[in-house]
Amino acid sequence: MTTNLVQKNEKKTNLRNRLAAGILLLVAGLAIILLFGLNNKPGLYTTFRLTPQGDKNVIPIPDLVLPVQPAIYILAIVAFFVGGWQLARGIRSTGILAGVVAFCFVAAFLIWAARDNSMDLVGMMNTSLVRATPIALAALCGVISERTAVINIGIEGIMLVSALASVMVATLMHNLYAGLIAGMLAGMIVAGLHAILCIKFKVDQIISGVAVNIVGTGATSFISNRYMQVHAEQLNNSGVFPNIPIPLLVKIPILGPVIFENNLIVYLMLILVAVIFVLLFYTRWGLRTRAVGEHPKAADTLGVNVYLTRYVNVILGGLIAGVGGAYFTIGSVGRFDKLMTAGKGFIGLAAMIFGNWNPIGALGSSLIFGFADSLQVKMQILKTPIPSEFLQMAPYIVTIIVMAGVVGGVHAPAADGTAYEKQ
Amino acid sequence: MNAKATQTNPEGSAQKEAPKSEGKRRQVPRFFQVLLVPALAILTGFIIGAIVIAVSNDAVIAAFQNFFHAPSAALAATWKAIATAYGALFSGSIGSFTEIYHGIQSYYATGDGKPFLLAIYPFTESLATVTPYILAGLAVAVGFKCGLFNIGAEGQFGIGALCSAFVGYSIHGLPWFIHLPLALLAGAAGGAIWGAIPGFLKGLTGAHEVVTTIMMNYISFRLSDWLLNGPMKATGYRPLTPVIEKSAMLPRFFPDPQRFNWGFILALAMAVFVYWFLFKTTIGFEIRSVGANPDGARYAGMNIVRNFVIAMTLSGALAGLAGTSQVLGIDHWVGQGFSAGYGFDSIAIALLGQSHPLGVVLAAFLWGTLRSGATRMQSLAGVPLEIISIIQGLVIVFVAAPAIIRWIYRIRAISTQTIVLTRGWGK
Repeated sequence: MTTNLVQKNEKKTNLRNRLAAGILLLVAGLAIILLFGLNNKPGLYTTFRLTPQGDKNVIPIPDLVLPVQPAIYILAIVAFFVGGWQLARGIRSTGILAGVVAFCFVAAFLIWAARDNSMDLVGMMNTSLVRATPIALAALCGVISERTAVINIGIEGIMLVSALASVMVATLMHNLYAGLIAGMLAGMIVAGLHAILCIKFKVDQIISGVAVNIVGTGATSFISNRYMQVHAEQLNNSGVFPNIPIPLLVKIPILGPVIFENNLIVYLMLILVAVIFVLLFYTRWGLRTRAVGEHPKAADTLGVNVYLTRYVNVILGGLIAGVGGAYFTIGSVGRFDKLMTAGKGFIGLAAMIFGNWNPIGALGSSLIFGFADSLQVKMQILKTPIPSEFLQMAPYIVTIIVMAGVVGGVHAPAADGTAYEKQ
Repeated sequence: MNAKATQTNPEGSAQKEAPKSEGKRRQVPRFFQVLLVPALAILTGFIIGAIVIAVSNDAVIAAFQNFFHAPSAALAATWKAIATAYGALFSGSIGSFTEIYHGIQSYYATGDGKPFLLAIYPFTESLATVTPYILAGLAVAVGFKCGLFNIGAEGQFGIGALCSAFVGYSIHGLPWFIHLPLALLAGAAGGAIWGAIPGFLKGLTGAHEVVTTIMMNYISFRLSDWLLNGPMKATGYRPLTPVIEKSAMLPRFFPDPQRFNWGFILALAMAVFVYWFLFKTTIGFEIRSVGANPDGARYAGMNIVRNFVIAMTLSGALAGLAGTSQVLGIDHWVGQGFSAGYGFDSIAIALLGQSHPLGVVLAAFLWGTLRSGATRMQSLAGVPLEIISIIQGLVIVFVAAPAIIRWIYRIRAISTQTIVLTRGWGK
């Protein structure tokens, strides 16, 4: 490879990304004014409730009341200012830019949508976190297996299998924890099959993932039709994990009711994100994992067992996706329905790429998807003139724009998707 | 692994170094060698499917609880369960030969064609089902040839269907030879746009097509939800479009209820076109070169971005045509959840067909007939039709991992050309 060409290309990409991001911000500012700023009656106020109604655990704080017109214009000006700055100088961190665009636009939208009305902001943030849980777990599964260069697009199938396994075992044994463990085991088994196919038989990883998805959806739908729906009482009726308020922490205003009043699986997700982050970047295991993902040959030469590392990580990913699968049944509705994951595994993959193969980033982007999910429920109550279908599209459109314009060059592990042949 | 080899030889880059003893194994005809693994893969898939059918059958379970007293009864029950299910699958997809024979006899005896048409109904229905699978499978195969993984066939399928339905019902009074091509073109164009966007983004900014096509899928689902409940909704309670005009329908070969139509011929023609385009034109060569080795293609002066866009546009157009053929030929309207499942099925078909147009057509035949027969199997034998998904998934695994098949059947390594199908997250 001629380094000259690469450098030139990189420079060009950088400049283009900078311009694209700046223009995107200006467009966002303009959109805020055009969509939400104009044709508002002056003197309207929006109330954001910051304390959930009837929640005795939290120390109450006053509601946030904003005048609609000025607030929207201020947000537009912020977007314009940052956009202009970006065009003139260039800001290094794309994360900050994406954050500013998203924040300004969403805040302006919420103020506009809830004008002359009140909105339970805390409740909505909590719903976002809950809905982001399976997406984040799927993304986390992707992160740790792709850091060893094994692509896993079978997460959807893994989650379906473990969702079914967890509700079945939980119902049979009348024990939700047994169900959770069964879900994890099921996830590990399916991921293990994927690992064997990819690592031992060197099947194209994406094809193996597609096969896992097809067999996973087929098998779970088969079992669901044949047994779960017929004997629903004995097999498909487990109940769900209750919400556990964490003492003291739940009293913190805003943060308490959003984060510290959830069920076990949500806590587990947050803990897993933190643990995997530390493991990946601050331990020997993490260094080896990343080495295997970036340059397996070098890692092998230095005595790292490439195959073993890959098996361990993919199967560990299966465990995490298994927790995500359990969320769908014993974490939310207590019942299995076929195809109930509804593409969350794929959205998790998008979140993983969006989050640049980093656990924290993955959580962040999962939260965006979760937020969009909860937004659409809220909007139906508020009766905005925008059809809810278009709101539901928003996160997907944003993902495309951000991937194309701002993020552009996320960096996959260098060896991602390639089988390793030991010499 | 073999970067050097790929650069000098962009065409057959993925060809594994041929084993030295290849000459000896040439005794078996090459054609047979190529087909051996898929055939055994399908066989193995069916055997495992049979086990699942037997295990999930109450009568078999009951008979096996009594196995030591009456082993023959247990085996008989197993055989009966499997035979009933696969028999129904066969008669549901192909039809019964005796009925067809009697149909022909009665036609010659009395001149009445009805019994014959009734007897071949399962078969023509299978062919009608096969039609969109051929087109959608070709769509994914074209992407694979360019090293692009088009997961978005489902969305392109839906958009194509909606576009063609719109042209089909909103324009009145045109003669069929204008209206029908117009509707077909609209469908293809809708799918093409839906496919071109990810191709364009991939080429220009490097946004990965797997993610963008998935996102485009979800956008199309929401868009069709909105259209079917709003602007495109027919008068009535359910979210459906109006029925298209007669002049936009693909003509059917037989009277109702047989839905076998000209879409099938269109699909075969597209397969020939794709073959010609990929293997006999310069653009096709470029697309395959980019797919086999983008770096090599770039050094050879090919425009990568242009090829990505062309391949994704063609891929989207084919997927759009698949939806169009379903609307104009079979359903005549579009309803909610219309495109469900076609995305993954088409990926599977392209894989099974090794991304070659002929292979895709054969794989689509298998897929479509299985899907078509599964409904009958569900109603006659009580086997949930998802068993087909299990069998299909297994077949994909075995086709993608010939090592497993070779290990099971103790076949020595076959030196077929393996094709680059996907390329990780795109490099």
